[in-house]
Amino acid sequence: MGRLGRGEAVHVSTTTDELFETTCGLEIHVELATASKMFCGCKVDFGGEPNTRTCPVCLGLPGSLPVANEKAIEYTIKIGLALNCKIAEQSLFHRKNYFYPDMPKNYQISQYDLPLCYSGHVDISGEWGTTTVGITRVHLEEDTGKSIHVGGSGRIHDSAYSLEDFNRAGTPLVEIVSEPDIHSAEEARAFVSHLRTLLDGLGVSDVRMEEGSLRVDANISVRRKGETEHGTKVEVKNMNSVRSVGRALEHEERRQREALEAGEILVQETRHFDEKSGTTSSGRTKEGSSDYRYFPEPDLVPFEPGAEWIERVASTLGETPIERRERFATEHGLGAKDIEVLTASKATADWFEAAAAAYGGDAKKIANWIMADLYGLVNEASIELTDSKIAPGQLAGLVKLVDVESISGKQAKTVLAEMFATGKDADVIAKEKGLEQLSDTGALETVVDEVIAENADAADKVRSGNLGTIGFLVGQVMKKTRGQANPGMVNDLLRQKLTTSDRLDDRAKED
Amino acid sequence: MTDLHWRSATELAELLDKKEVSAVELAQALIERADEVDGRLHAYLHRTDERLLDEARAADERRAAGATRSRFDGVPTAHKDLFVTKGVPTTSGSRILEGWVPTYDGTLVERCTSAGLPLQGKLNMDEFAMGSSTENSGFGPSRNPWNTNTVPGGSSGGSAALVAAGGTPWSWGTDTGGSVRQPASLCGLVGVKPTYGLVSRYGVIAFASSLDQPGPLTRTVTDAAAFLQIAGGHDPMDSTSVPQPVPDYLGTIADGIDGMRIGIVKEFDEAEGTDPGVKTRVGEAYRRLEKLGAELVEVSLPSFEFGISAYYLVAPAECSSNLARYDAVRYGLRVDGADVVSMTSRTRAEGFGDEVKRRIMLGTYALSAGYYDAYYGKAQRVRTLTIRDLERTFTEVDLIATPTSPSTAFEFGAKTADPLSMYLNDVFTVPVNLAGNAAISVPCGTSPDDGLPVGLQLIAKTLDEATMFRAAYAFEQDLGWAGSDEGRPSM
Amino acid sequence: MDIDRATVDHVARLARLDLTDEERARMTAELGKILEHAAKIQALDLDGVEPTSHAIPIRNAMRPDETRPSLTQKEALSGAPEVEDGRFKVPSILEEEAP
Repeated sequence: MGRLGRGEAVHVSTTTDELFETTCGLEIHVELATASKMFCGCKVDFGGEPNTRTCPVCLGLPGSLPVANEKAIEYTIKIGLALNCKIAEQSLFHRKNYFYPDMPKNYQISQYDLPLCYSGHVDISGEWGTTTVGITRVHLEEDTGKSIHVGGSGRIHDSAYSLEDFNRAGTPLVEIVSEPDIHSAEEARAFVSHLRTLLDGLGVSDVRMEEGSLRVDANISVRRKGETEHGTKVEVKNMNSVRSVGRALEHEERRQREALEAGEILVQETRHFDEKSGTTSSGRTKEGSSDYRYFPEPDLVPFEPGAEWIERVASTLGETPIERRERFATEHGLGAKDIEVLTASKATADWFEAAAAAYGGDAKKIANWIMADLYGLVNEASIELTDSKIAPGQLAGLVKLVDVESISGKQAKTVLAEMFATGKDADVIAKEKGLEQLSDTGALETVVDEVIAENADAADKVRSGNLGTIGFLVGQVMKKTRGQANPGMVNDLLRQKLTTSDRLDDRAKED
Repeated sequence: MTDLHWRSATELAELLDKKEVSAVELAQALIERADEVDGRLHAYLHRTDERLLDEARAADERRAAGATRSRFDGVPTAHKDLFVTKGVPTTSGSRILEGWVPTYDGTLVERCTSAGLPLQGKLNMDEFAMGSSTENSGFGPSRNPWNTNTVPGGSSGGSAALVAAGGTPWSWGTDTGGSVRQPASLCGLVGVKPTYGLVSRYGVIAFASSLDQPGPLTRTVTDAAAFLQIAGGHDPMDSTSVPQPVPDYLGTIADGIDGMRIGIVKEFDEAEGTDPGVKTRVGEAYRRLEKLGAELVEVSLPSFEFGISAYYLVAPAECSSNLARYDAVRYGLRVDGADVVSMTSRTRAEGFGDEVKRRIMLGTYALSAGYYDAYYGKAQRVRTLTIRDLERTFTEVDLIATPTSPSTAFEFGAKTADPLSMYLNDVFTVPVNLAGNAAISVPCGTSPDDGLPVGLQLIAKTLDEATMFRAAYAFEQDLGWAGSDEGRPSM
Repeated sequence: MDIDRATVDHVARLARLDLTDEERARMTAELGKILEHAAKIQALDLDGVEPTSHAIPIRNAMRPDETRPSLTQKEALSGAPEVEDGRFKVPSILEEEAP
């Protein structure tokens, strides 16, 4: 059984593994998180009433013209740099001509032979090892509108008519094309996961596959090992989560292997992944490529980013996720599991580091509190860490209270739960609940003296060398203070009072 | 005041300024003139008389309050019907847009409004600017006021007809392969194709994006320069718009042309197909320029011979893409179909005329797989040669002179049987669009053969309209034809 | 230059033009003639000549990432041949999905 990622086991047919090899390339579309659309000033947003975020440009009205969004170009260059690409000296937009009702101009402004970024690579690792995946190109284009198919199942083939909403039309879309350097479903899944984390870290997109701001299409073929000709290329679409990518391609690999083993001919086609069944089914036959009649977009001028701009963008790149993970290990001393969880998203990693900075001490303690306790609360409530009522600084405050033994570790868990529910500071809650440990030496001493007096036999036993009985006396102090005494301090006071200095030194040696 | 409708925009501005006439009087005069002549001309596709009078009243109020928007506040205009006008039906001469009322104003329209020019209406044109006679209009042709059996030229034929007949002092047309200059030539007017990018294309219904350029049609050179100063200059809504504001052409327009070097194109001089009458008048024009102090130089532009071939690949290719948006989904004509492909295909078959269909087919073919390099690709290389030829030539001369059109106004139907013969009208004008340079057509008299107007074309270096206006003005003043009785049709 | 009927049909389909038989026949002849004329440039040796896609040397025309007011839904839909639920209505789309 192969294991792909967090706890999900997938059955991978290993018997035919040695006979066949998979070649896979991925095409990723990323909706950029700019404020306005690619070629006009309409707001980029999700949802809302239909056709309320359009204008002559993105509606394709006669006479309208596109003007390129500077930030979208910057983000594209940023993505390209993060993927180790070369940035074009001169880049052109091209028109991709085809008719479709969700296309206001019946051509899409895209890029053809002079994309903004090209010839990059990215390293991905997993249980299989490491693979370097080439990045053919990263280019910029505009998104289409959205169709709703009415009547029938909601899919095209049995619909009576369709309704078009152009709110999304014109949203900037980055297309990332990988070389066919991926050789298994596992690698493909890891590639998508890695890319998503990377893009999240760059802050250029929401990268939410469920919302469509990250879309993945795959081209996959299987052939017998040793053959020089590639197998029949099949396009796989409709994979709406990282997990689906793995499931879909694993299914497709198996389907193609089985077909080849049975001597069947595979058809070059587009197949749809179905979530429920976990299988792919035929969409339409792909007869070669469509004739898009690409030509340079005359309404836009060529782009020459120039070294200065590229350098400025490069300086905004910051740490890569890998660099961040390494730093979590070296600087914060975190272990692999903690690192994996805390760097799952940029937001989580930022939260952790803010808490650690506010704390100022051993960041491992903060990590432990998050992993052991806070995550439990967050997951139960089905929210993100960053959406909880607790601010990073407040967690730091809680840990500090435990450090100075104002409250016990056990009490702190209760306090945390209360913080989660109310958003109040730890010390405020501790006072409210009267939880603050009695750590005042003077007050404690009084109680200790009382207990010694009331438990003369036990006290004598300790005096004569039976140190184990101290525990009983500590318990008595705790009873008297209703659990609020600082047990460590109580222990120290008892020893002070009931043992000699020599014994104290012995104890010091024991510690 | 008599003959108000024959005054130039510049003269009208002075009259308004001196309060010798009101904007409302002017508007009324033009309404009367439209009533008088448009039945015969069919220049208008849509008249906005009410709005014209409202805006004229507002102009008078502003002037009375000393708050004029510009020197030309109150001087009306009418636009070719491919300029998008908010709230006013806009068709681009096509039935596929019949009834479409835009929800926005284009930049040029906005700038004219900002200058206080009341709107008279929208003018006829060849459908989607494809044609040289307005015979391709979806709503019937316009007629040349010099001889109503002849065409006014195209595609800005409605604009040319109305200006030539005194129906308006000035009108914006567009020039993609000669569509402002050629009608100007055929109607005895001044017509300018500015440098590509000088005037915003935002709100101009596109034909061929890399060639289209709005241009003024007027009766005097001064008016053309003034019109360009009103509407030209950088527009952030148009990526291809020049980065700078428009210069002050009027400041240097009367500086004369002493010492100016003017190139005469060897290849055009030797070309067949130009009317003898046109050759005569243009020849006289060259000598007049010499008389005024210019030095004539023979220049060679070999690429000009291939201009038509290249143009009739580039323009249809771009138009086939620009017209794809007319699909019956969001606006315009809809002919029902069982499915979306059928609906779109039937709508376009019914809504587009023959010439438009022809160019869409030609353009689609020229871009299609396997043919791109041979057709569109090669045409774009001819373009490079044209640019180089002109750049080289402009190191030797300041302007290039040619006839604007090989013929005078021809009769309806004379060139419709063979599309190619219609295309050849553009032989002198098309290379200018391919290269992006500026050019002006200025009247140089009427043909001795048929009494119809002949135009002289002056081509300038890119962004050097000032030199072109200087020469055209000097020529116009010396010829003394514009503004005379001879210089207008007897309509 | 011969352009055949099959090509005309293919191009008409690409261009979404429902031409009549008469139009197709006429177009086959006319296009052939125009292409023949255009083929004059075929004879030119243009190796080493770069194509010009933009005649004027403007570069990097961009706008800042700022929002501007959009059309209202009513304005966007004005002119629409058919509307339902605030959306543009079209008959069935037979093709599975965009190419």
